[in-house]
Amino acid sequence: MLAEIGVGSLEELFDRQIPTAVRLQRPLDLPAGMSEHEVYAHLRELAAHNTSAEDELTFLGAGMYDHYVPAVVDMLMERSEFLTPYTPYQPEISQGGLQVMFEYQTAISELTALAVSNASVYEGPSAVAAAAYLARIANGKPKIVVSRGVHPHARAALRTTASAYGGEVVEVALRDGVTDPDAWASAIDQDTGAVIFAQPNFLGAVEDAAALAQAAKDESAGGPASDGHVAGSGTPQTAVVVGSYDPIPLGILRPPGECGVDVAVGEGQSLGNRLDFGGPSFGFFAATEAYLRRMPGRIAGETLDVDGKRGFVLTLQTREQHIRREKATSNICTAQALNALAGVVYLSWLGRRGLVELGELLLQRTHYARTALTSVDGVEALHEQPVVREFAVRLDAPVDRVIARCQDAGINPGFALAREYDEYADGLLVAITEQRSKADIDRLADILGAAVAAESHPAGAHA
Amino acid sequence: MADASYPEDLLYHAEHDWVRTDGDIATFGITWFAQDALGEVVFIDPPEVGSRVTKDEPYAEVESVKAVSDVIAPMSGEIVEVNTALADKPETINDDPYGDGWLVRVKLSDQSERDGLMDAAAYTASLS
Amino acid sequence: MSDTLTIFEKGAPGRRAFTCPTLDVPEVDGLLPEAFRRGTEPRLPEVSEPELVRHYVNLSKRNFDLDSGFYPLGSCTMKHNPRLHERVAALPGHARLHPLQTPARAQGALELMWNLERALAEVAGLPHVSLQPSAGSHGELAGVLLTRAFHADRGDVRTKVLTPDTAHGTNPATVTMAGYEVVKLGTNPDGGIDLDDLRAKADEDVACLMLTNPNTLGVFDHNIEEIAEIVHEVGATLYYDGANLNAIMGISRPGDMGFDIVHFNLHKSFTQPHGGGGPGSGPIAVADRIEPFLPRPVIVRGRDGTFDLDDERPKSIGKLRGFQGNYGCFVRSYAYIRSLGAEGLRDASETAVLNANYLLARLRSLGVADELPLAFGELCMHEFVLSGAPMKRDLQIRTLDLAKRLLDHGFHPPTVYFPLLVDEALLIEPTETETRETLDAFAEAIAEILREAAEDPSIAREAPYTTPVRRLDEAGAAKRPVIRQAL
Repeated sequence: MLAEIGVGSLEELFDRQIPTAVRLQRPLDLPAGMSEHEVYAHLRELAAHNTSAEDELTFLGAGMYDHYVPAVVDMLMERSEFLTPYTPYQPEISQGGLQVMFEYQTAISELTALAVSNASVYEGPSAVAAAAYLARIANGKPKIVVSRGVHPHARAALRTTASAYGGEVVEVALRDGVTDPDAWASAIDQDTGAVIFAQPNFLGAVEDAAALAQAAKDESAGGPASDGHVAGSGTPQTAVVVGSYDPIPLGILRPPGECGVDVAVGEGQSLGNRLDFGGPSFGFFAATEAYLRRMPGRIAGETLDVDGKRGFVLTLQTREQHIRREKATSNICTAQALNALAGVVYLSWLGRRGLVELGELLLQRTHYARTALTSVDGVEALHEQPVVREFAVRLDAPVDRVIARCQDAGINPGFALAREYDEYADGLLVAITEQRSKADIDRLADILGAAVAAESHPAGAHA
Repeated sequence: MADASYPEDLLYHAEHDWVRTDGDIATFGITWFAQDALGEVVFIDPPEVGSRVTKDEPYAEVESVKAVSDVIAPMSGEIVEVNTALADKPETINDDPYGDGWLVRVKLSDQSERDGLMDAAAYTASLS
Repeated sequence: MSDTLTIFEKGAPGRRAFTCPTLDVPEVDGLLPEAFRRGTEPRLPEVSEPELVRHYVNLSKRNFDLDSGFYPLGSCTMKHNPRLHERVAALPGHARLHPLQTPARAQGALELMWNLERALAEVAGLPHVSLQPSAGSHGELAGVLLTRAFHADRGDVRTKVLTPDTAHGTNPATVTMAGYEVVKLGTNPDGGIDLDDLRAKADEDVACLMLTNPNTLGVFDHNIEEIAEIVHEVGATLYYDGANLNAIMGISRPGDMGFDIVHFNLHKSFTQPHGGGGPGSGPIAVADRIEPFLPRPVIVRGRDGTFDLDDERPKSIGKLRGFQGNYGCFVRSYAYIRSLGAEGLRDASETAVLNANYLLARLRSLGVADELPLAFGELCMHEFVLSGAPMKRDLQIRTLDLAKRLLDHGFHPPTVYFPLLVDEALLIEPTETETRETLDAFAEAIAEILREAAEDPSIAREAPYTTPVRRLDEAGAAKRPVIRQAL
C-alpha cells in the first residue's frame, strides 16, 4: 500500500503533513488494550458497583422513569440496519430510517394533537431551551416566563442558553403545588416572547394548561387575546406558549394542542428507552402549523420517486445548519434517531387502547400510593392537586437519612426535593410506573413508615 | 426552464435582481442567472405590503431544496403589491423570471437610484 | 414492490401487543377533573406483536448500513461498531441505573465516567473534561458559551467569532445561538487558513477562532502554532472541532497545538453507533483557564477514592441538558478505549490515514484524477476532497449523479457538496476499518462509472436503478410538506 502511495514508510505520511513541533513524542499515557472477555469483565465489575432498578425496588422518578422496555424494542434497536447507518442523506437507500421518522412524527403529532413534529431532539431539558430559541427567532422579544414547576434541569438549560442571546428568564413560583395563576399573569407582559410550564409539573401535579395558555395570550397582547396567528414570517402578536409534557399520561390528559399550546416538548425516555444513567433518550418537539419553518432538527417528508412510488426524504432542510448555517433554526446535526425509533415502536406496541389503559392504571395506583403513604405517621401530602403518576409528600424526619434507611432495606422511596427546591426541604417525590404493583406500594409504605419513625426519634430529628 | 435571457427593457443589479419601471411604480424580480443557480424554487418568504425596501438590502428570501438566498432590493421604496400567486407555485420564478415570476411592486422613493444599475449588456458582460 | 404502508395504515381495531397489568388497587372515580381529561384517543396504531415485528423488520431491510457495506462518508468517520459494546451497555447495572441515584450507589458509573474523562483528556492534551453535551454540535455550543463566560469573567465584552469558510455548518449556526457574529476567514492555496486574512481580522473584538485540524479538506494546517499565537495574542480562545480526530489520535494532540477547548464526537472516532442519525455524544476538554466555567455537575474524586458529583460550581455556565449526559454512549466508547489501549488508538489513526492515502493513490492510478482531481495538496490525512467540476464539464455528469450510480454498485456514496469551498465536492473518508480489497473495489467502481459516463451520461443521470426507490422529488416535498400520515 505504501508503494502505491509513493512513500517509504507510514511515518513519512505524517512527517510530511504534521510539523514535528506538534507531534506527540511518546505513547499515550493510557492502559494497554485488552481482549474482549477482559473488557467485558471490567465493564461488568463497574456495573456491579451500581445499584440499578434491577437491584432495588425503585420509586425514583423526577424526569426519568423505570417503565418496562418491551423485548421487541431491544431486538429492533440492535438490528444492524437501524443501529449502524448514518443520517439519511441518500434517501434511496435510507427508506427504512426515513419512514421510521415519518411514523414517529405522526405518533408525536397524534399524542400532542399538534399538527407538526420533528424527528427528535436530544432530550427534554434541552428541548425546552430550543423552544425558547424558536420563540426568540419568531418574535425577538427578550423575556421568557417559566414556571418553577418546570424541571430544574430544563430551567437551568434555559438560563444557560438564553443568557447568550440576551434572553431574560423570569421564574414564577408555585402555590398549592401548581403554578400560581396570579403571579403567572402579572409576570407576563408585552415584552414576553415565550412562556413555559410543565404538565404534569415537577411535583407531579396536573396544571390547568388551558388557563395558563389563555392567560399568557391575554397578558402578552396587552389586552384580550388576538388568536396569536403567525402570518408567514411575520411577528406573532402574543408570546409563544410552550408546554413541557410527560408523554406517558397523554392517553388520559388533555393534549397540548387542545389547550392553546403553540409548542409542546418533552422527555421521551419513558417511551421505550432505558434509564441509562440519564441518556441517551430523545426529546420530542411538536408545534402548530404556523411554526413549521422555524422548527429545529430533522424533519422527514413524504414524496414520490421518478416511477411514482411513495417514498420519504429529509425535507425543509433550508432551516438547518448545513444550508442556512449562521441563520439556522438550530445547530443540530446528529439527533436521537435510534431512540426515537424505540419511541415509535413503543407507542405502536402500547397501541391506541394500551396508552389509555396504562394512563388509567397509573392514575389509580398513584392515588392509592399517595393515600397509603399519607396514612403513615410522619408523612403528609405536600399538595392535594390531581396527580397521574408522581406525587410529593412531606416527611417529619430528615429526608436524606430516611432515603438511606429505605435503600438499606432494598427500596428507593424517591427523590429528595431539597436537592433542587429550597422551599420544599422536607419533600419527597414518589413516582409510580406499571412495574410498581399494589404489593410493591404496600411494601414502600411499610419501609418508609419504619424509616421515618426511626429517624424521628427525638435524639436524631433535628440534627 | 428557458435558456438564459436578459430582456433589454430592464435594469439590473449586481446581486442578480431586475427592475421594470412604470412611472414611479417599479416591479422587482430575480434574473435568469439567479434562478438557475438556485435550482427549483420551493418557497418564497415574502415581505409585507406597506413595508419599506432599501437599495442594496435584502427584502425577501428565496429557497430551493438545497439553498437559501437573500433577494436584494435594486432600488428603494415602499411595497405596494406582493405576488401572492408564488405561494402556491413558487416554481414560476424559474419558469418565467421576468413575467409571472415577479416578486414585488414598489413605489419608488428615489428615481436617481436608476443611475447605479446596469443595462442588459453590462449585466450580461458582468456574468462572464 | 408495492407502495409501503406506514404502521398507521396497518392493523385493525382491537388488535394490540401490550397486555396491561390487571388493576390491583380499588378503583376510584373522579380522580381527574373532566376538564383536564382527554376527550378523544390519540390515533395510535392497533397492531399485534407479530405485525409490529414484521413491519419494522421489513422496514429495516430498506436501509443500507455500515454492517452491510462500505460507507465512506467524509466527516462522519463510519468505522466498525464492535458488538461487545451493545452487550456491555445492556448490563442492567448500567442500563437500568437511574440518573438521580445517590452517588454512593452509583460508584461504578462515576468511576467509568471519570476514567473516560481521563482518557479523553490524554488524547486531547487538555486536562479538564465534561461529558455532558449530547452531540458534537452541542459540544460546540458548550465551547462557545465557555468562551463567553471566560471573557465575561474578565469584564471583557467581545462580539465576533472567526470560522474558516471550510467550516462545517454547525460552526456558524452555533456561533449565532451563542449570541456572536460570524466572521469568515479565507483558505490559502494549500488548504489551510489564510494567515494574512487572520491577522487582519483578529482583533480584541474577537472572542474565539473555531477550527478543525485536519480540516474539512483533509489538510493538516502547518501554520497551526502561528495561528494559535495570533489568536492568543489578542486574548481570544482557540476552539477545536473534534470531528476529524480520527486522523491524529496518539500522533498529535489539540492541546499541544495550542487549542484551549476541544469537543469530541463519541459517535465518530469512538465508535458509538450512528443509529441512523443519533444518539451521539459531544464531550469537551478544556485548558486550566477555562475549567471554572465547565457545565455542572463535575465528577470529583475524594481522598478516600470515592466519586461524587459536584454541583457547587459558582462560575459554571450551568447546564446544557438534563442529568450527566449520554451515559449509554460513554459505556460503549469506554469499552472501545479499553479494548484498543494506547497503542490501538494510535494504530487506528495511522491506519485511517494510510487507507485514505491508499485510496487516493489507487484512484489516481486508475486515471480518475483527470475528472476528479484532488482539491488541495498531494497527500491527505484521514479523508480527502475531490472536485467533480472537470467531470461535469467533460462527461456531463455531476457529483450527485456519480453518487447515485455508486448506489447501484452496492456502496454508500461519499459526502457530496461539502465543503462548500470546493466545486462539486466529493469528500471521502474510508476509516481504518476497511480492507485493501474493499478500497480497490470502490476505486474500480468509480473508474467504471466514469467509463460508462463517457459512453452514455444518461445512465448515471437517472441512477439509481436497483434501490428500493429511485430518485425522489425533493422539491415537491419542500413545496408541499407532508410530514405525517393523514388519518
